[in-house]
Amino acid sequence: MKRSQQLLAVAGLALAVWAMAYGFYYAVWIEHQTLDHIGGSLAGAFQHAALREAAASHASLADYARAKYVYTREVDAHSHWMGLAMILMVLAALWNRLAFGEGARGALAGVLIFGAYGFPLGVLLQNYVGHGIGQGIAVVASGLLIVALGAVALGFARERAS
Amino acid sequence: MSSGARSVGGVPRSLSGPAGASVATAAFPRLGARRLLVLGGLALFLAGTILGDVFAVFILHPNADRIGEALVAATAAVRQHRAEDAGRSFDAIGGFLENRGTKVDAHSHMIGFGYLAMLLAILFPWVRLSETASRRLAALLVTGGVVLPAGVFAIHYVGLAYSPLTSIGWASIVADAGGLLVVIACAGFLGGLWRQWRSGEPAVEDTLLRERSWAGRVLMAGGTLLILAGFLHGAWFAGVDLYAQEQQDRDLLTTMAESAALDPGPGVIPERAGAALNAYGILQADHAVKIAAHSHIIEFGLIALMAGFFQPLVFLSEAWKRRWAVVLLAGSVTLPVAVLAELKFGLVAGGVADVGGALVIAALAGMLAGVLRYTGRLDAVADAGAMSRGGR
Repeated sequence: MKRSQQLLAVAGLALAVWAMAYGFYYAVWIEHQTLDHIGGSLAGAFQHAALREAAASHASLADYARAKYVYTREVDAHSHWMGLAMILMVLAALWNRLAFGEGARGALAGVLIFGAYGFPLGVLLQNYVGHGIGQGIAVVASGLLIVALGAVALGFARERAS
Repeated sequence: MSSGARSVGGVPRSLSGPAGASVATAAFPRLGARRLLVLGGLALFLAGTILGDVFAVFILHPNADRIGEALVAATAAVRQHRAEDAGRSFDAIGGFLENRGTKVDAHSHMIGFGYLAMLLAILFPWVRLSETASRRLAALLVTGGVVLPAGVFAIHYVGLAYSPLTSIGWASIVADAGGLLVVIACAGFLGGLWRQWRSGEPAVEDTLLRERSWAGRVLMAGGTLLILAGFLHGAWFAGVDLYAQEQQDRDLLTTMAESAALDPGPGVIPERAGAALNAYGILQADHAVKIAAHSHIIEFGLIALMAGFFQPLVFLSEAWKRRWAVVLLAGSVTLPVAVLAELKFGLVAGGVADVGGALVIAALAGMLAGVLRYTGRLDAVADAGAMSRGGR
């Protein structure tokens, strides 16, 4: 078992534990309150409209849109961390079949780990440090993930050909 | 290496002698952690997929229709100055969304925990823990993997009855407890993986990690390509659709409320509000099918990769192993593509997607049957060995 393979396995399982711990914390302390907030603000927007209170209706809709935006990214971060953790773990098991040297495998493992941790983090950061910064991190990390997975597929294909 | 060179009727050749049997039994012991993870993982995945198929066929579309009707009623209530009725319509929409959301969550978590159990079975030789500790952790994982989805499924029916909390009911509390069990189990396995890494000793070589049969290779290659396709589709969706759809969501709801409140004319639903209601329905459907296609193609890629590893444990003829591999990949491509086509081709595409899901279920059920036959044979060989030793 090579170092890059061990790194991928440990990083994958650690990411899975992190993703589930985040999901647990989110489900207990945040999710139900957030869903109540989203539903309440949308219902409030229509109720204000029924009373012809246009400004209050608009404010409630803006509140709904903001809450839904935040909720989508929180749930997306959880599900993508978990999904990417499982991909890291399954790739760790396949790692010996890559037709690359240990140096290239190590670099590829590093890129995959950076992408798997960084992409959902960028998605989540859109809620906190500004849309542009978070989106930039998510775009770079997801681009790296796609390139790295393409390289992995190539490595498997070369192994089979050889 | 072809499986035929290494196996007899799907069972590794090494199993045919008493020494080989004891090696195989030690690697995959009766009531052992690894067997529990493989069987529990496959069963969780299968149950989650069946739940998803039943949900898609019987609940998804009627539920979407009810949400649409309640939104029309809310818009009409705005028109007629009935604020309380508008509120009641949104209460109903909240209930329909909860019904859908909890079933989707139960489905996806059951499948996710199935994956996790199977992955840990694959990585098991690298986990440095005693068999007793591993077995306890595996039991904890499978228990949590059942309890969380069952709790989530019950949320819609139990509600806040007898709950000591204002927004979290007993079903949620049970689900959260199940999630905690899975976190503890995975943290334990992570500790074992870390110990193995720190020890610097080489891990035990393993049949699953050496798999090179035709079915295994096709499943692994197909799985990698499916995951790559899912990544590309997700990147395209995030870049092109996600932000535009979020803006559209807000704009259409604003139009509905504004038009119903302010547009002149006698109708209960003014023309502009009616158009916004229709567009909103299409937007929700478009969003749902794209998310479903993205997540399903990656999930099926993962299950194909993992099923590739388990081929040495599938006690079926080589021809059947190949057939199930092809059926699994065919279903894995059919379902997401047909789901994407649902907006254009409606129920016909929905029916094709359900057939795709059924193909995946059938292939996995076939493989699970093969794994059960393998474990049965393994136990029989071990029992025969024990009896002959007792006789001597």
